[in-house]
Amino acid sequence: MNAHAERLNVDPDSSIVAQFEPRIIGFLCNWCSYAGADKAGAAQTPYPPNVNIVRIMCTGRIDPEFILKAFAGGADGVIVLACHPGDCHYKEGNLRAAQRHAMLARILEQMGIVRERCRFDYVSAGEGEKYVQVITEMVETVTNLGPLSIPR
Amino acid sequence: MSDKPKLAMYWAASCGGCEIALVNIHEKILDLDAAFDFMFCPCLLDTKKSAIEALPDKGIAITLFNGAIRTTENEEMAHLLRKKSRVLIAFGSCASEGCIPGLDNLSSRHELLRTVYLDNATIDNPQEIVPSPSNAVPEGTLTLPAMGDRVRTLSQVTEVDYYIPGCPPESHQIWAVVEAVLSGAPLPPPGSVIGAGRLSVCDECARVKEDKRIERFHRNWEITPVAERCLLEQGLLCMGIATRDGCGAPCPQANMPCSGCYGPPEGTSDQGARMVAALGSILAIGDCKGKSEAEIAARVEALLDSVPDYAGSFYKYSLPGSIIGGRVSR
Repeated sequence: MNAHAERLNVDPDSSIVAQFEPRIIGFLCNWCSYAGADKAGAAQTPYPPNVNIVRIMCTGRIDPEFILKAFAGGADGVIVLACHPGDCHYKEGNLRAAQRHAMLARILEQMGIVRERCRFDYVSAGEGEKYVQVITEMVETVTNLGPLSIPR
Repeated sequence: MSDKPKLAMYWAASCGGCEIALVNIHEKILDLDAAFDFMFCPCLLDTKKSAIEALPDKGIAITLFNGAIRTTENEEMAHLLRKKSRVLIAFGSCASEGCIPGLDNLSSRHELLRTVYLDNATIDNPQEIVPSPSNAVPEGTLTLPAMGDRVRTLSQVTEVDYYIPGCPPESHQIWAVVEAVLSGAPLPPPGSVIGAGRLSVCDECARVKEDKRIERFHRNWEITPVAERCLLEQGLLCMGIATRDGCGAPCPQANMPCSGCYGPPEGTSDQGARMVAALGSILAIGDCKGKSEAEIAARVEALLDSVPDYAGSFYKYSLPGSIIGGRVSR
């Protein structure tokens, strides 16, 4: 016990074992994935509340700096959800995002942040169930990986 | 005792190239000497640390501090020179952003010492001796400054007034800074990058730039680039697009891709992220119409495989000063 206990302000010797609740930042495209999240909400499908959503106009707008800042600011995971290929409102912003993500994932691996902490996926406006499934998987993955702390 | 303003230059974790860049102002060094009492520079002069300690606080007008902060000695000198200087300038890439010594932050101290002192093919060290802060010898105990857990920039240790980027800073830029100081013009706001531009190296590069579409990357030795044409467009990993200008783009003019020594352009805090953003826009994986998501991902990965070391290439000079700063668990 450790950084995890410290962060939760739990006495390491306490018999109560607190469940680690990861903090995840989600960058969701306004046109598809955000609407997909909305659909899941409207259908009242339960899913874990660990993802803090940042709505953006297009995943192509995500500067990789946003993702690095999220990690440095205390996020345990980052998820980027884009329109399916061919569906981008701006034609190919999602493909730009896919390329940047693949490159950033390699850098993150070299910096000791496993690629599972930074997921890229496609969710359309109609895919409320897929949104729930992706978020549930992500929260489970990051929970198993444990907290991330960036030394300063 | 001279009544001229005092000028100091110090090296921490560095190579000595910054001192060479300073004397590369050639005969203007005489003008520098006429205007300043150049009184401390371990590379060139014999002034001792005790002479600096004896100075009144803020007794030095300007200190050019080069080198990253790697050892307790580096840190001690950073604090001492901050106390004794009216203006402390992080001089060169190491002091500004960590530079080549900062690549240490991708390895643990243990891995680093092993590689340098034990596992190196040209090392013969049967007793497995590695540097240690305290060493027992028959005559007593010898001490060395301890290595920190990570390489830090000067501003991560103490307050810095200005930054002069470059590995090393170009001599004409050093002279431009000296001239600006001597002219008596008001200094820029503290924290500014001086002796450099605000845009990217591409802005100064004379090569012809057309449509940027990279279908694969080449290592420098694999191709002979077409003269006059943008190196990045030819698939060479030129960092100019994510690097501050001010150097005059000498590397691309000599057929060598920019490797990024002037650090990120104005308004950008992470050079690697800038490069990822830029390349994301110009990688060309072909027509993706009707292709599955898995197929698109595979094409991207295949293209990316042609670069062997992303962190080492994109953060060659700026890792300690970057957002993540190095490997997180070492």
